[in-house]
Amino acid sequence: MSDTATASHEDGHASLIIDNKKLLMWLFLGSDCMFFGTLISTHLIYRKLYPESFEPTALFSLELTSFSTFILLMSSFLMALAVSAMHKGELKSFRRNVIGVIFFGLIFLGCQVYEFAHFVHEGLTLSTNTFGSTFYMMTGTHGVHVAIGVFWLICMYFYSHTGKMDAHESAIDVEVAGLYWHFVDIVWIVIFTAVYLIEFI
Amino acid sequence: MSHTETEIPTPETTHAHEPQVLKPERSRLGLMRPDHGKSVIIDWLTTVDHKKIGLMYGTIALFFLLVGGIEALIIRTQLAFPENDLISAQRYNQLFTMHGTTMIFLAIMPLNAAFFNFLVPLQIGARDVAFPRINSFSLWGFVAGAIVINFGWILQALEVMGLFQASGPTAGMNDFVPAMGWFGYAPITGINFTGAGTDFWIMGLQILGIASLSAAMNFVVTIVNMRAPGMKMMRMPVFTWMTLVVSLLIVFAFPAITIALGQLMFDRCFGTNFFVVAGGGQPILWQHLFWIFGHPEVYILVLPAMGIISEVLPTFSKKPLFGYSIVVFSGAVIGFLGFAVWSHHMFTTGLGKVATAAFSLLTMAIAVPTGVKIFNWVGTLWGGRVRFSAPMIFSLGFVWMFMMGGFSGIMHSSAPADAQQQDSYFVIAHFHYVAIGGIFLAVVAGIYFWLPKMIGKMWKGNLSTWVAIFSTVGLNVTFFPMHFLGLLGMPRRTHTYLEGFGWETYNLVCTIGAYILAFGIFLLVVDIIRCFRSGEPAGNDPWDARTLEWTTTSPPRVYNFAKTPIIPARDALWEHKYGPENRRITFEDDHGHGIHMPSQSWMPFIASFGFIPLGLGMSLMQAGIPYMGYFAIFGLVLIGMGVALWAIEGPGGYHLHPEEDAI
Repeated sequence: MSDTATASHEDGHASLIIDNKKLLMWLFLGSDCMFFGTLISTHLIYRKLYPESFEPTALFSLELTSFSTFILLMSSFLMALAVSAMHKGELKSFRRNVIGVIFFGLIFLGCQVYEFAHFVHEGLTLSTNTFGSTFYMMTGTHGVHVAIGVFWLICMYFYSHTGKMDAHESAIDVEVAGLYWHFVDIVWIVIFTAVYLIEFI
Repeated sequence: MSHTETEIPTPETTHAHEPQVLKPERSRLGLMRPDHGKSVIIDWLTTVDHKKIGLMYGTIALFFLLVGGIEALIIRTQLAFPENDLISAQRYNQLFTMHGTTMIFLAIMPLNAAFFNFLVPLQIGARDVAFPRINSFSLWGFVAGAIVINFGWILQALEVMGLFQASGPTAGMNDFVPAMGWFGYAPITGINFTGAGTDFWIMGLQILGIASLSAAMNFVVTIVNMRAPGMKMMRMPVFTWMTLVVSLLIVFAFPAITIALGQLMFDRCFGTNFFVVAGGGQPILWQHLFWIFGHPEVYILVLPAMGIISEVLPTFSKKPLFGYSIVVFSGAVIGFLGFAVWSHHMFTTGLGKVATAAFSLLTMAIAVPTGVKIFNWVGTLWGGRVRFSAPMIFSLGFVWMFMMGGFSGIMHSSAPADAQQQDSYFVIAHFHYVAIGGIFLAVVAGIYFWLPKMIGKMWKGNLSTWVAIFSTVGLNVTFFPMHFLGLLGMPRRTHTYLEGFGWETYNLVCTIGAYILAFGIFLLVVDIIRCFRSGEPAGNDPWDARTLEWTTTSPPRVYNFAKTPIIPARDALWEHKYGPENRRITFEDDHGHGIHMPSQSWMPFIASFGFIPLGLGMSLMQAGIPYMGYFAIFGLVLIGMGVALWAIEGPGGYHLHPEEDAI
């Protein structure tokens, strides 16, 4: 699907340094930084404003969240392998690694669903206090990002069976998905540090 | 391939040949692509041609300019006399809210987008934008947002006729048109204070934001990647430079409002506490988030206007832009500093001395690059052979009127002075001098300058001069007295006022001025329609202009350039016409494989059309209409389906084998 990129090469646009789709993804990620920046700063502002109103250390399970963070990190590793495999045109290796990424992504989502259900059961809902509002909206937005990424990779997995995927045509597409996945991972590292770990200091 | 003689082809040769007849083909979905069809409507709905998309942006934006103008006239008529009761206070609130929202998001931004779309690929020597289908998505997303945000008028009309009452979450609150100001300050936007109008506003702005973001990313990629060979960054026309700066501003400023609107939507729909005071929410947070977006938004509106002026002044002075690189750099600095001054909208909220002083200082700092630009424009005129054609008249008006708005802006940057002026008519005077005296005059200059290129016909006669006279006189008569009204203490957003404060005469003069301005805009519309109906063929380069878009035919052919031009210098066409031999524009040989054209597609239209049920469903649910949740989900499904099929159908494309270029 990189016809547009190749076409512009053919049309002689010599200034093409970074692929169109890749640059678009970088811009989206720049924009996404601001999305998460707004969400995380909202959370931290309210946390600092009402330090006594809510004690999340009793609620957070550091073991579970550390586990899901590790899983997400490892999924990024597999994603890097998948991108590299696609660049070499090794479809089988690409599929194996993508399956791994999807599987790890689903584990992460499962942990998050379990965590949300647990917190709601313990009495923290969207409308309990500002902590509930900011926490669920921030981690929920991240969860939606992961879910979209998983859906995207599932589509790519099935697409790889249609025979239309090869190193020449599709490596950029996989790389763009990889950029997105790594970014979602990095955002989680920030959230894990600024929202979870910091509470235990 | 280099041409030594400058010739402007006669109109006959301009339309001498049409692309060869092509047949529609099937996409990877097995469906017929809507290319080369017979139906004109389908052609425009599915088009991916940046020129058609630009024209549609422009037409729809002009329509909303008139809508917003009528709203302004009703406001001014209500305020003409003390204790006037032409409209109720609530209707007044709705009108000023929709006037601001319409003018900013549905008139000026899409007018700028119209110029971006039409001009940027032509100015950098590209066949189209980097992502033609995303471009189509942006256009129709804008239309969807405009429909959602204005839909409340229909419900309000039904309510006035006694046919509809709000129930459900907003029971008892029958304001279906937003009524809380274009900035939507918390906590009045809360579910306990305003009705479904606020929901239409939230959903509509959210959709417009998505459309703007996708368009902005598209333009950054286009400008960075699609430049013709030799078109280095510092050879780009200033308008393209300003498009780049504005697009980056949109990419980094819109997320703040998107998240703020999302939080507000959660507050209203799902009971969160972001801005709900009873739950510990801080209304001031909304102000911060809104203005972190809102101040860059001001530059998003004004920088393209500065770009237009930087194109018109050199052309009609027959001189290169004075200090090109410093003008470009100043534009970038204005954009960068734009992120660091948002709190000057909040001086009276009690930020603390240090913060107030810092934001005060940074606001004053913005006057420096702006002043640099003004001096460079004056320097461009200095010693030039000035022609007073319509684009030039409006540009000169821009320089002077924009400066007036800038002066009162500097007055605001002083926090103690601002404390006096906050929320008074002084502020209205300030930003209308910038918006009408600045942006509007520049956009009209742009219309008169590029309309011959856009539609291939030349406007005629002196009506443009009358447009200039009426709009400039009108805007000064309307807004200059507002400075005094503000200093006399008349507050903004006031439905009516009592006699005896000394406001009566000023208000009456303002209202008379508003009608003069409206007459000027009416003449503008008449002039544009006249140009469409009976304009003479314009020729390719009617102004003896400087930049690459004037090398194409008027209107440009669907593929823009028959052969990719190689750009030897800044002001490429000017150098080609009058420069030394080694600065002629040459052309790349395509070795006979033709021009690759993108296929048209239904998918962007379907995906953005899905925003309408989504936005309306979410808002109508708040007004208590049953089953609207399913309607919203239907919209989501439509969006998802559109995007998925868009990915699967493949970009397609076909090849054209055109003849020689115009120059």
